[in-house]
Amino acid sequence: MNDENGAGDLPELPMTRECPYHPPAAYEDLRAIGPVTRVRQFDGRPVWAVTGHLETRELLSSPHMSVDRFHPNFPMPIPALTQLQSSRTPAIGALIRTDPPEHTRQRRDILPSFTLKKIGVLRPRIEQICADRLDAITAKGPVVDLVEEYTKPAVAMVLSQLLGVPFADREYFEDLTYRRFDPAQVVDALADLTDYLSRLLRAKETDPGDGLLDDLVGKVLAGELERDELVKYALVLVIAGQETTANTIALSVLTLLEHPDQLALLLDDPSLWPNAVEELLRFLAITGGLSRVATADIQLGDLTIADGDGLIFLNPGANRDEAQFERPNELDVRRTVRNHLTFGFGIHQCIGQNLARVEVEIALRALFTRIPTLRLAVPMEQIAVRQGLVFGLAELPVTW
Amino acid sequence: MSGAKTLLPSGDATRCVGAGQCVRTAPDVFDQDDGGTVVVLVAEVDESHRALLDEAAYLCPASAIAFTERG
Ligand code: HEM
Repeated sequence: MNDENGAGDLPELPMTRECPYHPPAAYEDLRAIGPVTRVRQFDGRPVWAVTGHLETRELLSSPHMSVDRFHPNFPMPIPALTQLQSSRTPAIGALIRTDPPEHTRQRRDILPSFTLKKIGVLRPRIEQICADRLDAITAKGPVVDLVEEYTKPAVAMVLSQLLGVPFADREYFEDLTYRRFDPAQVVDALADLTDYLSRLLRAKETDPGDGLLDDLVGKVLAGELERDELVKYALVLVIAGQETTANTIALSVLTLLEHPDQLALLLDDPSLWPNAVEELLRFLAITGGLSRVATADIQLGDLTIADGDGLIFLNPGANRDEAQFERPNELDVRRTVRNHLTFGFGIHQCIGQNLARVEVEIALRALFTRIPTLRLAVPMEQIAVRQGLVFGLAELPVTW
Repeated sequence: MSGAKTLLPSGDATRCVGAGQCVRTAPDVFDQDDGGTVVVLVAEVDESHRALLDEAAYLCPASAIAFTERG
């Protein structure tokens, strides 16, 4: 595993998307070599790249997969993470980077806020948030950047509501979460967010409201949870929940505009939306690599993943595995897919997935219902994108 | 009809990670309690539920869903 010389000729990660709505073309080449194959990270260390659907399911649900980011072989899928790892904030200290039994306890702590019933209650609030944004957008015209005016603010507002950020602080909080999107500001923004959340939680201890944080402040007061740990929960929700969802919505808009036949089906029959959202999730899968390190030898067919080996799961690639999906590279809003790996698999499978589904569905349906003549204001090729751990559009200029 | 079987669904709340896949797949069989983990609503279902139970077990990210057969 630590044979640095042997890694020299291997394909190198990260790979970048040539087309915003397709995974990097080279993922296909990787899968052609093998669904689990050796690659080299940007820092020279070798690692397993997983692009097979079956193999992703099997490995991510193995009890011998750790997310310990302090393990020397823990992968580093993109250079920008180096900066975050060394920052003064506990950037990703909870859930997504903890193993059982700590992970189990943390997940149980926040799970009550993510039941399907709880998410159902948020639906009308999300409808209202989208409707208000669309009022502002249609009043503004004729060219609007949907990233700035729609996807980013709408998702930030939903998160404020979910967490229970007081109305008076919303603007400040949402601004902090936007600064997190900017690679130049991310470290400072996370430090400021941490400070803000600590202050907020202290205030909530005497004056509770009705959000996720309020529900958990009770546990802090009862001595069952450290306040610092609750701050980490809030941070991981901001980090894992916001950019992913906002980027998925914006990229879905672009993708539908570039597939007018598919969009026409939806405008014709709005009952197709939930199905279409699932297919868009499969098709777009904006995460760039889930990292693990093996804690035991794992036998997978005739392949051995050795104890201590690093693995990067390229789930957008696994979603295009022809061994699992017919015509995988075609967007087909009428197909029924439930087994895509956009939210991962195993014990870390996205805790916010059912909120994300509702947000994506409402945001898209509201937008295209309100402005059925929506179109790009510039050719797709001119739209700036952000490669990275979460792929996204830097802007989405539209008109109608 | 050749010996219709009864299916006995199970949900292991200690393994459960609350992704909600089983509830989305077979809402008349599985639900989530207030803590967010799986509860099984019915002790047994008939053969017509087999495909749904298979799907729920396949989609569960934590291998918490299973069923046995009787009859
Ligand atoms: C379309 C939008 C989203 C996508 C594509 C997405 C994707 C993912 C993926 C792939 C993972 C697993 C990471 C791994 O195994 O290493 C994950 C975990 C997670 N997601 Fe999401 N997510 C989305 C929305 C959300 C939302 C809305 C929230 C919450 C508000 C959220 C909160 C989390 C958290 C807390 C985890 C860690 C769970 C754990 O480790 O147990 N996500 N997400």
